[in-house]
Amino acid sequence: MISESIVDLSRWQFAATSLYHFLFVPLTLGLSFLLAIMESTYVMTGKEIYKDMTQFWGKLFGINFALGVTTGLTMEFQFGMNWSYFSHYVGDIFGAPLAIEGLMAFFLEATFVGLFFFGWDKLGKGQHLLVTWLVALGTNLSALWILVANGWMQNPVGADFNYETMRMELSSFGSLLFNPAAQVKFVHTVAAGYTTASAFVLGVSAFYMLKGRDAAFAQRSYTIAAGFGLAAILSVIVLGDESGYTDGEVQKAKLAAIEAEWHTEEAPASFTAIGIPDQDAMETRYAVKIPWVLGLIGTRSIDTPITGLTEILEKNRQRVRNGMKAYSSLQTLRAGQRDETTVAAFNLNKADLGYGLLLKRYTDKVVDATDEQIDLATKYSIPRVVPLFWTFRVMVACGFAMLAIFVLAVIASSIRKCRQNWLLKASLYMMPLPWIACEAGWFVAEFGRQPWTIAEILPTFLSVSSLTELDLYLSLAGYICLYTVFLVIEMFLMLKFIKLGPSSLHKGRYHFEIASGASL
Amino acid sequence: MILDYETMRLIWWALLGALLIGFAVTGGFDLGVATLLPFLGKNDTERRVIINSVGATWEGNQVWFVTAGGALFAAWPMAYSVAFSGLYFALLLTLFALFLRPLGFDYRSKLPSKKWRSNWDIALCIGGLVPALIFGVAFGNLLEGVPFHFDTDMRSFYTGSFWALLNPFAITAGVVSLSMILMHGGVYLQIKTEGDINQRCKTVVTVFSLLTLVVFALAGIWIANIDGYQISSTISPNAYSDPLAKTVIKAPGLWLANYSHYPILWLIPMSAFVMGTLTLLLSKLDKPGLAFISSSLTLAAIIVTAGVSMFPFLIPSSSALNSSLTVWDASSSLATLKIMLWVTLIFLPIVLTYTTWAFRVLRGKITLDHIHKNDHTAY
Repeated sequence: MISESIVDLSRWQFAATSLYHFLFVPLTLGLSFLLAIMESTYVMTGKEIYKDMTQFWGKLFGINFALGVTTGLTMEFQFGMNWSYFSHYVGDIFGAPLAIEGLMAFFLEATFVGLFFFGWDKLGKGQHLLVTWLVALGTNLSALWILVANGWMQNPVGADFNYETMRMELSSFGSLLFNPAAQVKFVHTVAAGYTTASAFVLGVSAFYMLKGRDAAFAQRSYTIAAGFGLAAILSVIVLGDESGYTDGEVQKAKLAAIEAEWHTEEAPASFTAIGIPDQDAMETRYAVKIPWVLGLIGTRSIDTPITGLTEILEKNRQRVRNGMKAYSSLQTLRAGQRDETTVAAFNLNKADLGYGLLLKRYTDKVVDATDEQIDLATKYSIPRVVPLFWTFRVMVACGFAMLAIFVLAVIASSIRKCRQNWLLKASLYMMPLPWIACEAGWFVAEFGRQPWTIAEILPTFLSVSSLTELDLYLSLAGYICLYTVFLVIEMFLMLKFIKLGPSSLHKGRYHFEIASGASL
Repeated sequence: MILDYETMRLIWWALLGALLIGFAVTGGFDLGVATLLPFLGKNDTERRVIINSVGATWEGNQVWFVTAGGALFAAWPMAYSVAFSGLYFALLLTLFALFLRPLGFDYRSKLPSKKWRSNWDIALCIGGLVPALIFGVAFGNLLEGVPFHFDTDMRSFYTGSFWALLNPFAITAGVVSLSMILMHGGVYLQIKTEGDINQRCKTVVTVFSLLTLVVFALAGIWIANIDGYQISSTISPNAYSDPLAKTVIKAPGLWLANYSHYPILWLIPMSAFVMGTLTLLLSKLDKPGLAFISSSLTLAAIIVTAGVSMFPFLIPSSSALNSSLTVWDASSSLATLKIMLWVTLIFLPIVLTYTTWAFRVLRGKITLDHIHKNDHTAY
């Protein structure tokens, strides 16, 4: 059996490196679009200030982008390094979107980001604008492919197990690409990125306005961020990816866990706004429920029930038993006995093979599992409710707080009287919220998929590489040290350039360059 | 159907090689330039000239490497999973070194402090040197065979240690890759600079083209005496990917078997010598543009030599011979190989087109004057 500590360390490492990576990604996703919008305005109006805006926010974009690239390399490598059985088992499907991401998105983004920074004097206005739009397109296409890959982990469609090769193989590229889980996640994730970048530009601009510096520059930036941000946060909320949680059994379990829905309720289900979930007793104490809401969000209908965890567990118990049969047939097939009866017996239960593999956590001999072990595997087949319940609520609370501020910011952008100091302060202090929401969102998506790496197909604990504890302690320590140093350096530079503001462009017309201190 | 499994596997073997060559030719010069940075740049402005010679393009170049990794995952998932988990610390070291590049390029000149800048220069040098060396060491280990085996669930186990990777033959291969990348970086920098730096580049190219060829020849003689691998059972190039279905033998000199079957293949290593010598001459004659082409061909010839010598092996296993991964039993399914081929046929030409355009836009020498004029925007 695979040691629990190897599994835990591998998971910690993946969680740490991917959450860290996603500190930089959302800003890149959104800021690239904001830069394109600012530069479009420059090209259309011919006003230099919009060029300055593109270049200044572009400087901050560059500081952030560098760490996004750095930490992205880890993501590409560590599937093979730390999740080698996963890579073998599903590489036939999962590898494709990653390779396409490189060809279609990374090349675009990386080639044109160089021209964005160094092409100002070498390209015509229109050409440079095209370059900036291509950077934005590249970053967003890369999000598309990575979410096609991730969406497949949540809802693995278009693939089939091959006993000859002992792995999943692609059966329909179309299903992989048009996986509803992936589509919803893509929209939700990029919109979250746009929100993050808008909140960033909004907050920094509010800082200049509070300081009374570079008013024209700051107000224009504030207005663009407010408008783009409001559209983005509305998309995040309305196209929240909860609506994708009806595709795939594991997504259903995730939704039930988020909502602490222990039993299937009559449709439309009520939404537990708050309460204290208790997984052992399978109940939520002090629950405050809002009728209808969950049914509406989750199914977009009033008559489709949302399956509760008790019902899911009951189903899973049977699936573990079927999985044992599938595993037994698979052993016979792998031993070389490939007659029609065995193949037929295997195909009958093949869909539940993954549930059989869950038993490997408790016994090496899956076929002889005891009732007690089946019980344990069944209990293990749904995610832990408490962390999901709370993290999800943190994300949603951040989302609504941002919505309120973006609405006010849009109003303040058009009506000068409304540009109150308290709103500017709120815009500034709101800055951490999108990051908290993004990280919480990924936690919900990935922790909610447990105990699987590939929903219903491959359990997380089987996915790891055959490494030692020492290997993992060393690499984890290495990542933590380097990433901490990098983050400190990045924050230092970021803050330095934010404080300098557009004066850092050395155009001779901003706050620190003008002797009197008066702004443009 | 012409695109049967066998053909597709061959195509993907070639495509993987093409991506690696793409990385060596483009990413290779910026790794080389970064390694040379502290040695060729005598003051801050000179160093900024060197950094800015690759500053706008290194990012796109690195994507060749990332895409080769992605293609390995998609087309050869078993090779990806065995190599990346087995060579864990080699990969980790490469990764940590590569981390220093985006930060070094972007952050170095953002602050005026001397100490800040010289530290980043060292970081950039490490970020070039370590990967350049380790790529060769990894290839050396592939040629020697990697100690790994599969269990019946096709879970792979690596039984070697990190230190075992650093054996004399592998280090020799590492020296080949490092010196060829330094040669290549030197040639590129010769194109992009003038004056003192340009002259220093010529010395670099002379030294490292000679070193590359001498050590490459040495490795060639050595390889005739180390164990090579061969499939001893019948080969079924159209069967499902099951590495355990074949038997493998190893014996000294087997890596030269392909050359004795097809003597024309000798042209490949020979062209490495011709092109390497040509690079040296062209660089001396102040024709760095042509030298860059011949240097690129030298790199390509050396990589293809390694690939052809091992064919059809991707990762031979030294401890469980039959677990070895070959072109015939480690690929993705036919469906995946086909789809990925279409994607590549559509997007690779597009990538090549805009990459060429970007290099054209950014052509021309980086001068000391250029750095002074763009003090706040250049790297």
